[in-house]
Amino acid sequence: MGRMIVTPPKGLSLPRWSEVWEAREVLWRFGLRDVVLRYRQTVVGVAWVIIQPLMSAGVFTIIFGNVADLPSGGMPYFLFTFAGMLGWNLFGGVVERSAPSLVANQSLVAKVFFPRMLVPMSSAFSVLIDFVVALGLMVVLLVVFGVNPGWAILTLPIWVMLAVLLGLGIGLAASTLLVRYRDVGYVLPWLLQLLFFATPVAYSLEAVPEQLEWLFTINPLSWLMESYRWALLGLDAPPLWQMLGVAGAAIVVMSAGLLVYQRFEREFADVI
Amino acid sequence: MRDTAISVEQLTKVYRINRRAAGIDRITDAVVDMLKNPLRRPTYDEFRAIQDVTFDIPWGEAVGIVGRNGAGKSTLLKLLTRITAPTEGLIDLGGRVGSLLEVGTGFHPELTGRENIYLNGALLGMTRKEIRRRFDEIVDFSGVEKFLETPVKRYSSGMYVRLAFSVAAHLETEILAIDEVLAVGDAEFQARSLAKMRSAAAEGRTVLYVSHQLHTVTALCSSAMYLDKGRLSHYGTVDGALEAYRESLASFRVEQRDASRREGTGEIRFDSVQVTQQQQSPTDDTVVVMRLPAAPHVPGSYFVSCHVEDHNGATIAQCDSRAVGEWFDPEQAHEVELTVRGLWLKPGTYSIKASVCQNGILDSWEAADVFDVLPQYPYPVQTSDEAFKAGLVLTDFSYERS
Repeated sequence: MGRMIVTPPKGLSLPRWSEVWEAREVLWRFGLRDVVLRYRQTVVGVAWVIIQPLMSAGVFTIIFGNVADLPSGGMPYFLFTFAGMLGWNLFGGVVERSAPSLVANQSLVAKVFFPRMLVPMSSAFSVLIDFVVALGLMVVLLVVFGVNPGWAILTLPIWVMLAVLLGLGIGLAASTLLVRYRDVGYVLPWLLQLLFFATPVAYSLEAVPEQLEWLFTINPLSWLMESYRWALLGLDAPPLWQMLGVAGAAIVVMSAGLLVYQRFEREFADVI
Repeated sequence: MRDTAISVEQLTKVYRINRRAAGIDRITDAVVDMLKNPLRRPTYDEFRAIQDVTFDIPWGEAVGIVGRNGAGKSTLLKLLTRITAPTEGLIDLGGRVGSLLEVGTGFHPELTGRENIYLNGALLGMTRKEIRRRFDEIVDFSGVEKFLETPVKRYSSGMYVRLAFSVAAHLETEILAIDEVLAVGDAEFQARSLAKMRSAAAEGRTVLYVSHQLHTVTALCSSAMYLDKGRLSHYGTVDGALEAYRESLASFRVEQRDASRREGTGEIRFDSVQVTQQQQSPTDDTVVVMRLPAAPHVPGSYFVSCHVEDHNGATIAQCDSRAVGEWFDPEQAHEVELTVRGLWLKPGTYSIKASVCQNGILDSWEAADVFDVLPQYPYPVQTSDEAFKAGLVLTDFSYERS
């Protein structure tokens, strides 16, 4: 290995990717730790992953499907919201778990050197595992309800990746800010909840009044939700520009998150 | 291209304490503050932890870093291990740096011994292949093989520390940085750890060792640095560094007289701490008189603790007032006299470190007073100095034939 030159931090700089790559074992071990802890400690660990989206989808079916009697593109309302929850939980889960990760591991950050972005990144692991479990349930539901999503299901990995990237971008920035401002931890869940209701997860775009439609048209998360339902349920595909837009948004958000992270990374040990 | 283990050029680390933003740790406050004073530039108090330090460390050295409290030892190590970034200057590292700033960093209580070895190893910079190759050695060295599948929260503290140290001791990085971890573990384990570090240096790796205990530096290191208020005032032989450390006592004492520069919260600070007999013989009792002001606003009672330290900074005796059931009421001023009996000090210079404590430290006055023990030996027969060289203290002893 060559020599390593350390100099004072300059304004904006890219992460040293070679270093991140060399420390990939840390990513894997952290991810494994989260998964092991989650599923070993709680007997309900696995059950929770299934129960949570099932219950949420059930409640939304009652409220939006039965009480408000909203349309769902001809799908059973339960299946419709469950597919939405699957996509949303991926995005929201990554944000929720990555944001507090740096503060939760502050003793590490202050005592050993490693590319710290691996800490928030590793939280995506346990979210992905949860997703896989819930996806298994989704397959069962598709069979039960006799819905065939068609070839669009092949695009699912793309949407999974984009949801994780979107979540990680926000999570990286939030975890960085949280080091300095602890109240971000209170604001974030509230923002996520607002975002949840502003995005067609539990209801469909059909139910949106025409004069408000633009609000949803500019929300990349609603593009993502539409793409999920297209892939999982075979509903109408969103316009191509929206699909590409999700990818664009994911890249922009991830880059912005990285920049915020990179700007403050080298001060972590001094602040924490 | 250099061929040193570590080269450092004009390294400076400044901690900036934002005066106005002190205490702003909420984003809402930060935004409000920005709206209230949109044009004011933040003002900072600067604290130079490391100042203009330059050195080259060749391969295969075991370098001790010594200095008094707050001299910047730990900051220097944090810079070299890249935990914190320099403000100015350059660090040029010839290889990977493994750090051991605190044993057990990254250990998770719910994970098993095996899982923690992998997690901790990865954090310290080992690849999976390296950990796998050294796994058996690590387990052997720690002696916890029976409990590998047990969560470490069920470990005794000794087992925990042994496992943690073993992982770190098997790091294969070219440079190894250690901050006083040898203070932990039992005597046998400490000896094994010392041997491990010696062999690391013998293999041509470079070891950096920060310590308050100068005698371990003597035992372990081939060269040493002495840091004084963030500046490198000596880099060379271990003896030279220890000499510099001893010589700094006088100026350090002057500094410590300024109560604001001492450690502790400052709610109660000593008015004075004096040894009544500046020169004494080894068998004399040491009497220390302490004056403490009244501090009616401090709730609860407090205790005091005096350490007798030798000229290398090693603590010879701790006289804690808790041990004899003495607690003091802050409502009143106190004049306290401590008598240390039955301690036969070797000839040399000693200092008293006095502390006022409750839950935390209120005042900690290092080298509050010094005294000399005269070169007399309280034994019936005069003999060569060889007879007294080893050992930290003298003692009353006899030999009898049966």
